[in-house]
Amino acid sequence: MKLVTAVIKPFKLDDVKTALETFGVHGLTVSEVSGYGRQKGHTEVYRGAEYQVDFVPKVRLDVVVADDDAADVVDVIVKAASTGQIGDGKVWTTPVDELVRVRTGERGPDAL
Amino acid sequence: MPFDFSKIDTGATAWVLASAALVLLMTPGLAFFYGGMVRAKNVLGMLMQNYVAIGIVSVLWVLVAYSLAFSKSGFGGFAGNLHQLGLGHMNQQVAGYTGPLAQTIPPLVFVAFQLMFAVITPALITGATADRLKFGAYVVFIAIWVIVVYAPIAHWVFSPEGWLFQKGAEDFAGGTVVHANAGAAGLALALVIGRRVGWKKDPMRPHNLPFTLLGAGLLWFGWFGFNAGSALGANNLAGYAFVNTNTATAAAMLGWILVEKLRDGHPTTLGAASGAVAGLVAITPAAGFVSPMGALFLGLIAGAVCALAVSLKYRFGFDDALDVVGVHLVGGVAGALLIGFFGTKATGVGINGLFYGGGWHLMKLQAIAVGAAVGYSFVATLVIGKVLDLVMGLRITRDQELEGMDTVLHAETAYEFGTVQGGTFGGLSSGGHGAVSIGGASAPSATTGAGAQA
Repeated sequence: MKLVTAVIKPFKLDDVKTALETFGVHGLTVSEVSGYGRQKGHTEVYRGAEYQVDFVPKVRLDVVVADDDAADVVDVIVKAASTGQIGDGKVWTTPVDELVRVRTGERGPDAL
Repeated sequence: MPFDFSKIDTGATAWVLASAALVLLMTPGLAFFYGGMVRAKNVLGMLMQNYVAIGIVSVLWVLVAYSLAFSKSGFGGFAGNLHQLGLGHMNQQVAGYTGPLAQTIPPLVFVAFQLMFAVITPALITGATADRLKFGAYVVFIAIWVIVVYAPIAHWVFSPEGWLFQKGAEDFAGGTVVHANAGAAGLALALVIGRRVGWKKDPMRPHNLPFTLLGAGLLWFGWFGFNAGSALGANNLAGYAFVNTNTATAAAMLGWILVEKLRDGHPTTLGAASGAVAGLVAITPAAGFVSPMGALFLGLIAGAVCALAVSLKYRFGFDDALDVVGVHLVGGVAGALLIGFFGTKATGVGINGLFYGGGWHLMKLQAIAVGAAVGYSFVATLVIGKVLDLVMGLRITRDQELEGMDTVLHAETAYEFGTVQGGTFGGLSSGGHGAVSIGGASAPSATTGAGAQA
């Protein structure tokens, strides 16, 4: 199993969710996060005083998938989240040792 | 002299009573105007300072401050005498209001109306010292300040017994008494208390601009009572003050965001709210002394000038956190001095300024009034602040400042958005020791002593 993690632009969340549902992913976790990459932050002005805001609001998605699906899921997310502009985010995968469904106690791929 | 209660004008009385309520609403409005501009960890501290000003000043006004402001001159003309301590002798006319000035509202109604001005003036100062002023020191400060600074200046300018009033200086609703005064005091106290930790380094963005705009709206609404109520009658002069107030405020808002568009590239909501308040401040002394066209120019100038003045603190290095100087001192002084140009007796009161053929005479009077109010307020506040700082300390500690005023000073948090908070109910507070158990157990030792450990 693999954990697919994506950090994307908040307004792309719906597109990504719909694309994942169409692909067959039936559950995911999202969280509101802040960060920056090459985009850096942005500047805000209050009564003439400039503030450099370093961390930009982003949405993080976490979804565990079977090893065979991981590459496809990454592609689905990248395609749906892309605007071609700087600040589109990143997607990465990590190996997952164990997975348990809390309600039933099922383990491994059965718990997906 | 006894007040002739048969001469009461019920229309005027109704309007001034309503105006007093409008002016009271300005202080909560100011609390939200300021509260939105501070960081989330300090918003309750800011709201609390403003609300408690209503409590302290209301009590002091009844006890002593009204008498010092509006009774017959005493103390060598420095303030009113103590004739009306505890609001005694309310069947007598307000000192000096005789002949053409004779009031047609009951003296107690005048007391109520003027109280609301005394409430908001020290509250204005809190913007300068935001995020770092000790609550206890603040309470003592405004109690002293209302008696030593506000009441005397109100006496000089507002009371017909006062020397600036008698000279002919014009301040319709408090440009010098309220705004230039609070602005000068804000500057003095900001200098005494020092800069916030991390000033000009850390981001200190407003945490809730919708609050600030809501507060500005409440101020604008309440200000009709402040200015049009100062006509002390439901009459043509009140109409002038009302229209002038709205016109100057509108023009100042546009002036401020125009400066922002040209200088920074974006007109901002904070700029719109700040410009509106700058216009309200500037028209305050002039509301009944200028024409609507005069108000329009006065507002436009004040909005643009204050938009530029708020950056002075960065140049001179004083941390006037929420720009009490840039908005209230500069706006109040600008409004008071612009009467020297735009003043016209067409409203039925006052004298002509430079643009209406009156020469420089009115400008000289205005400059004297501004100089006296600003000079006295600045020096007296500096002394009060220094002494209080030595005696009890004005400032919270560095760690407290970093943690935020809300939890440190008031044991509260403004916002509860997250679901992950943890913690348990700790029993009733009983001064920090002696557990009070909840749930029936009478002996503290029979429980886990939750209260004692909390």
